[in-house]
Amino acid sequence: MSVAAQRPIPALPLQKTQTHRRRSLRETRNSFLVTFFSVLVIAAFLSPLLRSFALSFQTPEQISQVDAPLWPASPLTFQYQGREFPVYKVTINGVTKEMALVKKGRTESQLVDPANPGAGQITWQGAWRTLQPALTFDPTFDNYTDVWRLLNYPRLLFNTAAIALIGLIGTVVSCTLVAYGFARFRFPGRSFLFLILISTIFLPAAVTLIPTYTIFVKLGWVGTWLPLLVPTFFANAYDVFLLRQYLLTIPREMDEAAAIDGAGPLRTLISVIVPQAWPVIIAVAIFHLVYSWNDFFAPLIYLSTKPELQTLAVGLAQFSANRSAQEPGLIQAGTLLTLIVPVILFLIFQRVFMRGVVITGVEK
Amino acid sequence: MIALRRPRMSRLAWHEARSGLLFLSPWIIGFLAFTLIPIVATLIFTFLNIKLNQDVPLRFVGFDNYLALFGDSQVWDSLLVTLKFAAISLPVAVVLPFAVALLLNSRSLRGSSLFRVLFFMPYTVPFVAGVLIWAQMLNSDSGWINGLLGVVGIQGPDWLNDQGWVYPGLVIIGIWGIGGGIIVNQAGLRGIPTELYDAARIDGAGWWGQLRHVTLPMMSPVIFYTLVLAVVEVLQYFLVPLVLNQGTGEPGGSTRFFNLYLYQTFFSYQDMSYGATLAWLLFIITLAFTGILFWSARFWVYYAGEGSSS
Repeated sequence: MSVAAQRPIPALPLQKTQTHRRRSLRETRNSFLVTFFSVLVIAAFLSPLLRSFALSFQTPEQISQVDAPLWPASPLTFQYQGREFPVYKVTINGVTKEMALVKKGRTESQLVDPANPGAGQITWQGAWRTLQPALTFDPTFDNYTDVWRLLNYPRLLFNTAAIALIGLIGTVVSCTLVAYGFARFRFPGRSFLFLILISTIFLPAAVTLIPTYTIFVKLGWVGTWLPLLVPTFFANAYDVFLLRQYLLTIPREMDEAAAIDGAGPLRTLISVIVPQAWPVIIAVAIFHLVYSWNDFFAPLIYLSTKPELQTLAVGLAQFSANRSAQEPGLIQAGTLLTLIVPVILFLIFQRVFMRGVVITGVEK
Repeated sequence: MIALRRPRMSRLAWHEARSGLLFLSPWIIGFLAFTLIPIVATLIFTFLNIKLNQDVPLRFVGFDNYLALFGDSQVWDSLLVTLKFAAISLPVAVVLPFAVALLLNSRSLRGSSLFRVLFFMPYTVPFVAGVLIWAQMLNSDSGWINGLLGVVGIQGPDWLNDQGWVYPGLVIIGIWGIGGGIIVNQAGLRGIPTELYDAARIDGAGWWGQLRHVTLPMMSPVIFYTLVLAVVEVLQYFLVPLVLNQGTGEPGGSTRFFNLYLYQTFFSYQDMSYGATLAWLLFIITLAFTGILFWSARFWVYYAGEGSSS
């Protein structure tokens, strides 16, 4: 739009309004088409979440019904003279009504109107098998209460949160220190060290895993949280890079003023740099929380012998492997309980989060 | 380090260097302990015969482990599986985020910041959860994908249990991971000066011409970056099939990825030395592919401001 606005104004006022109107008409049509297309794409992109959500409120019987609808539905029944009868959609005289089928027959059946049972039985001509059953909205919460217990959800939630939060402290502290070192001090080999730091992003994890795992076994750390927590206190390339890029944008005048007042480098970091770097520190914290919450492989290999110390992601994978596909509702309930925390965190901090992705992704 | 003792360096500069290295020390120690020493140790293991489940005397075996690679059909089969999957997944991993970013950057799109959040959101879904949700979507009977295909009269395949369809199925499971790529591509698109588009329009370029002659060259560094990361990632791919079928390689060995074989060699067969050899093979393959990409960059990646264009 700004491009159009900068165009030189045509000399004739009449011509101007005409072209303007034509353009705005075309723009309206284009924006409708593009936006409509995007709505379709995003609906398809996110539809699995909807599917998962709907399944999590359905019983196995509801899911395996013939022609089961997309929502939690149960066949409607009606109590008549002390017995329960199925309700079908019946068209009588052009009006479709929900009628209880009291007596089934191949050519004619006895029906009762649930809205007016006093009217007695009505004889209906036609094959009852051609009728569609009437459905009622009937969500179940059993999947959630069952998975809460079967997955040991409160325990796994606590483990996941504790590992994420302790690791967050380690990551924020160590990465801030290292980023400060890279951003504010000149020393020989600095750019070489920075290059090494960045290149670790491209290193296949397998090439360090075998000795590291073996050492952790020897130290007796396998089966504890230590292999997941200790490395966070030694900084990582992504977060150091993100912090350094931000620290470089903070003017040096204030550090210099602090230095003149006799503040040492650490004091300058804490009292001058950190207060100005909150946005990026929060970004690193959120990144770590989501990363740690979603990590699968490290908890899998280091905590496989200790299910009571395990995280949600691994617990969920094992839970679904043990139950195979018979209980999709249960598995989807567990899935939603696992993804809810990182997704909500993202939605709250989405601006900070996406800006962080831009910095680590584009500026390298 | 020797440079530090040079008399040229003033006391002040020396102080600064010492403080800088002190602040770097967490990373330096971590890099030595968790990266450099393990890499070297992995390399040393490849020349030894360490098997955790057998009590054999430790011995230097020279290149025996490397020679064993050539006779091991599982190595070549699993590499082939990885390459086949890469051939399908890499174009999607590069093109899809770019295309969505183009859509989000379109001037005609209303509410683009909301779309941006929605497209990015699944990126934060734990990958195990994403796999289980998509496995449900790909179910041959009850999944919505086959349901949709059924509406237009196509009998959908049994995605994850069919050797021919499992790779496209895995690619579909992976599409929730494009959020990061979308954001990076979008930032790249926003960085293209509008004057370039104005100039192209004056030269008579339409939508396609502008894409071909302005957007693509200007975006080539971003595309290059996404491609390199995607290559590094796809060579290590194995976690999704690990969650789906516990590393059995079903259907018919078509998900026995190289990295799966590597981890099973170490964790299941406890063969440290051979596992380390596989790890180094993966490392070398990764270096080779990224090396080729960096070499090829001179022909197709355009860095504005460097003056040389293709």
